[in-house]
Amino acid sequence: MAEAAIELVGINKSFGAVRANRNIDLKIPKGTIHGIIGENGAGKSTLMSILYGFYQADSGSISVNGKPTVIDTPNDAIAAGIGMVHQHFMLVENFTVLENIILGAEGEALLGSSIAKARSELERLERDYGLEVDPDAIIEELPVGLQQRVEILKALYRGADILILDEPTGVLTPAEADHLFRILAQLKEEGKTVVLITHKLREIMAITDNVSVMRQGEMVATRKTAETTVEELAELMVGRRVLLRVEKGEARPGDFKLSVKGLTVKDSRGVTMVKDVSFDVRAGEIVGIAGVAGNGQSELLETIAGIRVAESGTVTLLGEEIDVSGATDPGDLRDRGLAHVPEDRHHVGLVLQFEENENSVLGYHDEPQYLKGPFLDREKIVAEAGENMKKYDIRPANPMLKTANFSGGNQQKIVLAREMEQDPEVLIVGQPTRGVDVGAIEFIHKRLIAMRDQGKAVLLISVELDEIRSLSDRILVMFDGRIVGERGPDATEGELGLLMAGVESKEAAE
Amino acid sequence: MEFFTTVVQILDSTVRLSVPLLLACLAGLYSERSGIFDIGLEGKMLAGAFAAGAAAAVMGSALAGLAMAVLISVGLALVHGFASITHRGNQIVSGVAINFIAAGSTIILGQAWFSQGGRTPSLSADGRFGAVNLPFADAVADVPIIGPIYSELLSGHSLLVYFAFAMVPFTWWVLFRTRFGLRLRAVGENPAAVDTAGISVTWLRYRAVICTGILCGFAGAYLALAMNAGFVKDMTAGRGFIALAALIFAKWRPVPAMMACLLFGFLDAAAIRLGGSPLPLVGRVPVQFFQALPYVLTVVLLAGFIGKAIPPRAGGQPYVKER
Repeated sequence: MAEAAIELVGINKSFGAVRANRNIDLKIPKGTIHGIIGENGAGKSTLMSILYGFYQADSGSISVNGKPTVIDTPNDAIAAGIGMVHQHFMLVENFTVLENIILGAEGEALLGSSIAKARSELERLERDYGLEVDPDAIIEELPVGLQQRVEILKALYRGADILILDEPTGVLTPAEADHLFRILAQLKEEGKTVVLITHKLREIMAITDNVSVMRQGEMVATRKTAETTVEELAELMVGRRVLLRVEKGEARPGDFKLSVKGLTVKDSRGVTMVKDVSFDVRAGEIVGIAGVAGNGQSELLETIAGIRVAESGTVTLLGEEIDVSGATDPGDLRDRGLAHVPEDRHHVGLVLQFEENENSVLGYHDEPQYLKGPFLDREKIVAEAGENMKKYDIRPANPMLKTANFSGGNQQKIVLAREMEQDPEVLIVGQPTRGVDVGAIEFIHKRLIAMRDQGKAVLLISVELDEIRSLSDRILVMFDGRIVGERGPDATEGELGLLMAGVESKEAAE
Repeated sequence: MEFFTTVVQILDSTVRLSVPLLLACLAGLYSERSGIFDIGLEGKMLAGAFAAGAAAAVMGSALAGLAMAVLISVGLALVHGFASITHRGNQIVSGVAINFIAAGSTIILGQAWFSQGGRTPSLSADGRFGAVNLPFADAVADVPIIGPIYSELLSGHSLLVYFAFAMVPFTWWVLFRTRFGLRLRAVGENPAAVDTAGISVTWLRYRAVICTGILCGFAGAYLALAMNAGFVKDMTAGRGFIALAALIFAKWRPVPAMMACLLFGFLDAAAIRLGGSPLPLVGRVPVQFFQALPYVLTVVLLAGFIGKAIPPRAGGQPYVKER
């Protein structure tokens, strides 16, 4: 084994009663790409923050390039050649690229000569690593992919040999992510060591040399990537066997529950996003809508949910037509039996500053069962929220906790619990597992199948093709605002991919 | 010619009246650019004015007065820093508290020490910053046009006036041409970026509030030792708040800040000069109308005539390290 770029021995870190890291040992060989995976809250980010001097470990030791090193502040880490690309970029948005890069590494008290020096050094780095960015561009005017590039340049400018990337692909489009991976591979060729923190198994398999798995604050395993499988890693992460594909029986479709006819919707800029869309969803089936993000799925979902106004067309819910021109509010639709799990849980689904129990009735809070005279029946709401937390395995199971303090996967489960437990006839779901851990994805998928088997109509919108394929009984593909095809659940990825790219049929492609 | 003289006189007092605003405004600029909102400019200026008046009266020296003003004002700035940086308290509440402390304690201490109803004793020439005559001011005074402009408008102000206007390009240079300025602007926008770059957010912000304290001390000393001959209770008369309005009006930039302060100073000067005398066309206008003008202007400007003023993004929020 090559010399270790980083060696951690016996790292412990607690926040109050929570032990975020327990006795972590980790060895990262020089010149490799090392993945660290684990579910949200497994302690990956804490560990890396300790390595970067953002936190101090309660006990344990750190060696960098074989030398025992004390890292108390980010300055110590920078001096030891460690650079970090944070999940939320640490950039000053209204500064130029150059200003961001020299911040903290200016050299002299006066900027004049140091800026000139930085500019030529930056040009060299951009050339060497193929990381072109205009040094005079303002950060907030750059797309996220380029902002991330600035973060990488910032670390390289400080002479980093070891680069830590915390969930770098969360904000990137697939193409940007691929580009990032090419950059990382090149950094490795130049002899740099890269540490990649993620919870996406596919990325680990695609790019890393070694992978370490964390679970509940402990380092449970380290594997050579070539010698492991996605299934094994998923099991190590969650601590039990995980079904990456859901098991489900035949669908038994019943009556029409939701019918959409000739729906046309414009977005706030006046661009027509949904064009003459028609489809039905019947009781006891899951209809999936596949498509590359931005092809009108979001607008379609919002229109059915009563949030957005349609230009023309009709939506029929349980045999009754809904006024889609704006007279129906989402509350009315809820009363009529339509539940909506929005795509963006932070902006639409939850009030993060509220306690969990308050969010657990949001939108249903004016129903008599939650009221005591003119007041909310808090006791009942809290008791019911507590029960649902058990049923949906929402952790920590404390209904009085502020919603912002739950992890993303648990927040998603809070929304799902609220909408599913109201026993709706029709459930429309947008991106049910975006940003959710492997273990929770399995759970959410099972719940959706269970809804279907109870004879509910489920409309599923997701950009994850795997999810659409494993859950749906019928798959509709949207492209440029139109439904361009319908396929069964046995459609191949390639076939759906062509449709999603706007190629209407196989013959046309040939 | 009489009209010209009037204009020069109004502009001359515009300069004098805008100086305390300008010093306070630049003071606020340092603090707010670092992300610490400071509505305690008024209080620091008032306490500084009192300290200047008291020290100059006792020691008979204007410089001693200035030094004491700066000392007290920096002390109060550090209190604001301690509350809002170290203890992450609410910056508005802390600022209000400082205003109240200054308003109350200056009167009490003034009465206890000097027994003149909260005033400090009138200062002799040594205790004040006298006028500085620029070279040849007398020689060119009689030259038409240029003479009055040079000898009346530019010459004959106290040292603090020249200091205040020199601070404008200096502040611009500090902000945009030095390492300290770069970090100061960064910490007001995104303290986490500064922290992860290995710079102490706390120390940086403390240095910013100390700058604020120094300049507020100068502003207070100017009021007590140059504009007047001693401290009078409540002598700041809301200038700290007008300076804050000017700062927003100027979108936290030094040169526009000077323009805004000159505008407010001009309205003040016009009010004093024109109040009570009949105007052409409209006739006699109540003096209160002119006195209200700066405040009306503040409201009108802030209500949207200046476009969107985007404050430093991290302004008002204590920095808490988190992940």
